[in-house]
Amino acid sequence: MSIRVFVPRDTTALALGADAIANRLAREAAARGESITLVRNGSRGLAWLEPLVEVETPTGRFAYGPVALADIPALLDSGMLQGSVTHSLALGPTEEIDYLARQQRLTFARIGITDPLSIEDYRAHSGFRGLEAALQSAPPDIVEEVKASGLRGRGGAAFPTGIKWQTVLDTPADQKYIVCNADEGDSGTFADRLVMECDPYLLIEGMTIAGLAVGATQGYIYLRSEYPLAKEILDEAIAHAEQAGYLGENLCGSGRVFHLEVRLGAGAYICGEETSLLESLEGKRGLVRFKPPLPAIEGLFGLPTVVNNVLSLAAVPFILAEGAEAYATHGMGRSRGTLALQLAGNVKRGGLVELAFGTTLRTLMEEFGGGTLSDKPLRAVQVGGPLGAYLPESQWDLPLDYEAFAAESAVLGHGGVVMFDESVDMAEQARFSMEFCKVESCGKCTPCRIGSTRGVEVIDRIRADQNREANLALLHDLCETMVDGSLCAMGGMTPFPVQSALNHFPDDFQRAANGDRS
Amino acid sequence: MNESREWSSQSIQAEINALRHKPGALLPILHALQDRFGFIPPDAVPLIAESLQLTSAEVHGVISFYHHFRTAPPGRHVVQICRAEACQAVGARQLEAHAKARLGIDYHQTTSDRDITLEAVYCLGNCACGPSVRVDNGVRGRVTPEAFDALLDELQTRPLEVIA
Ligand SMILES: Cc1cc2nc3c(=O)[nH]c(=O)nc-3n(C[C@H](O)[C@H](O)[C@H](O)COP(=O)(O)O)c2cc1C
Ligand code: SF4
Ligand code: FES
Ligand code: FES
Repeated sequence: MSIRVFVPRDTTALALGADAIANRLAREAAARGESITLVRNGSRGLAWLEPLVEVETPTGRFAYGPVALADIPALLDSGMLQGSVTHSLALGPTEEIDYLARQQRLTFARIGITDPLSIEDYRAHSGFRGLEAALQSAPPDIVEEVKASGLRGRGGAAFPTGIKWQTVLDTPADQKYIVCNADEGDSGTFADRLVMECDPYLLIEGMTIAGLAVGATQGYIYLRSEYPLAKEILDEAIAHAEQAGYLGENLCGSGRVFHLEVRLGAGAYICGEETSLLESLEGKRGLVRFKPPLPAIEGLFGLPTVVNNVLSLAAVPFILAEGAEAYATHGMGRSRGTLALQLAGNVKRGGLVELAFGTTLRTLMEEFGGGTLSDKPLRAVQVGGPLGAYLPESQWDLPLDYEAFAAESAVLGHGGVVMFDESVDMAEQARFSMEFCKVESCGKCTPCRIGSTRGVEVIDRIRADQNREANLALLHDLCETMVDGSLCAMGGMTPFPVQSALNHFPDDFQRAANGDRS
Repeated sequence: MNESREWSSQSIQAEINALRHKPGALLPILHALQDRFGFIPPDAVPLIAESLQLTSAEVHGVISFYHHFRTAPPGRHVVQICRAEACQAVGARQLEAHAKARLGIDYHQTTSDRDITLEAVYCLGNCACGPSVRVDNGVRGRVTPEAFDALLDELQTRPLEVIA
């Protein structure tokens, strides 16, 4: 009987050579007279072990990684196809890998296990059970279930998803829309990408449930153009789902309707902001809109629109299938359920870590991350993307919880955790924050558009030791002006990383740009 | 470069006509044009404006707002280096300096042999295994300066037909 061998095909596995590994495995196995069936699965999210090859055995799947081309002959010689654990890259049963076994995977329960495009695989692993439950429920009951789960938006603002849906449900209109925010612009984040590349039907199911809940028949996935593979996989998954009756004019024979289309962004970070995103979907420049009106009332083409992050929508099938309570039992305080954390930057074991809220940042970085990749001491960590604060060691014992972070002027955002070792120059990082804002500002308001340009100049002067103290004072003032006077969080939060660098790493602003720390 | 990249008013109009009836058609049209021709040909602007009942200034405004859209033809390969924080933490700044020096160009420029256009990008979603570089439609991870040089050799010795 042919042995099933899994070689992932997500962006990270491919970036590390997974295609070449798959080809070589097929050739070497054939040369040895072994019959194997290659499955191109999604990634398990253990990026540090990619390419992670798995072999199916009568006692479950066994993992090997990270596999390089040169390792393949020896791996096969060691009995890899029978699940042998003698080779130094052998990791044993996949599900027992500590990094994976210690997670609470609710949203990411399926990634890496299945072939992302196989509807049979999806169904065999509890797929579409949430949709089936939703098709049996009245719209207000679906909304109630999502409210009861305590789910808050995973795109950054943490607004309760059920309440947003209620507003759209309660706003009468002939046409309503579900818009999935798949702009995932934050550095250090890739969880949306993993959902789309490794479990696309999950997002399709979540969006369809949202459509049923609020009475929307058209959905759009606004996907960043930096993710061409996700586009390809989503387009194919949508076509399969239409053929199988999970999308289109007659959902599962119920007579209900939901259409879905992927639209590409075009390399503008600000288009992750929901009103800028809607402008972009309408074919315009991505200028941020004034709020109110809320998108839930006047959204896409002026009609009621749910805008939710990929992870918010991807949490919904579990909630409908297993019940709100099963989701809400996880977490702490007002942060219910699980959070998809993404360990990135200078980290030994980077990847996706889905955990109930409440674990400390230190546990995440040390026990999962294993410290820095460079083995130098960890110095700063930026949580929540380019608008998130840099946290010094004194803040690493914070629990991962929206309110605990907010109390320290920090954010969890979309769950990106970017680690830096001691070689980081925090004045240079602060400069980058301002530069990024300058490049990405939509230009609608002065504090952001002009403030970020001035911010770069002021930091350059500080680093060049021109009037240092006066310019430091100016930088503090400028940050306050941006926080108070910006229309959206681009200008309003860019000061967070800058101020945190100033407050927690003041020495870095006292030395020459490329000089010693003295 | 294959010949379908040659543009004419007819081929531009055909791309526009295939998409003009979609709600919010402008970005899909611009993507289709850039995918086909490598950039947005100048002749496309009045044609799009006419088809979507916009002014040429409005179409220009949209093209210039988005970093992704190019108004000049790129080299045979587009190489994008991730400049964002997670890649900075593992040496992206050194990589970008190395790449510029090695190619002798800055961002948004093309080598004189028209082989490579260099661009900046802010995150490719490969943040656990940076520094990240996108070459045409593929992403590479853990790109050290040495790996970058090997990548260039690979691109410059490849036959042109391989370009997707
Ligand atoms: C500058 C800026 C960039 C943003 N980028 C994203 C993004 O890439 N993805 C996302 O889901 N939300 C992003 N947001 C948040 C959205 O505006 C919005 O809150 C979110 O899409 C709502 O969905 P949720 O409630 O499911 O989180 C961004 C906000 C700002 C101000
Ligand atoms: S803060 Fe910046 S990005 Fe936001 S609306 Fe103002 S100019 Fe645009
Ligand atoms: S652009 Fe708004 S103040 Fe000038
Ligand atoms: S920060 Fe470089 S890939 Fe995300």
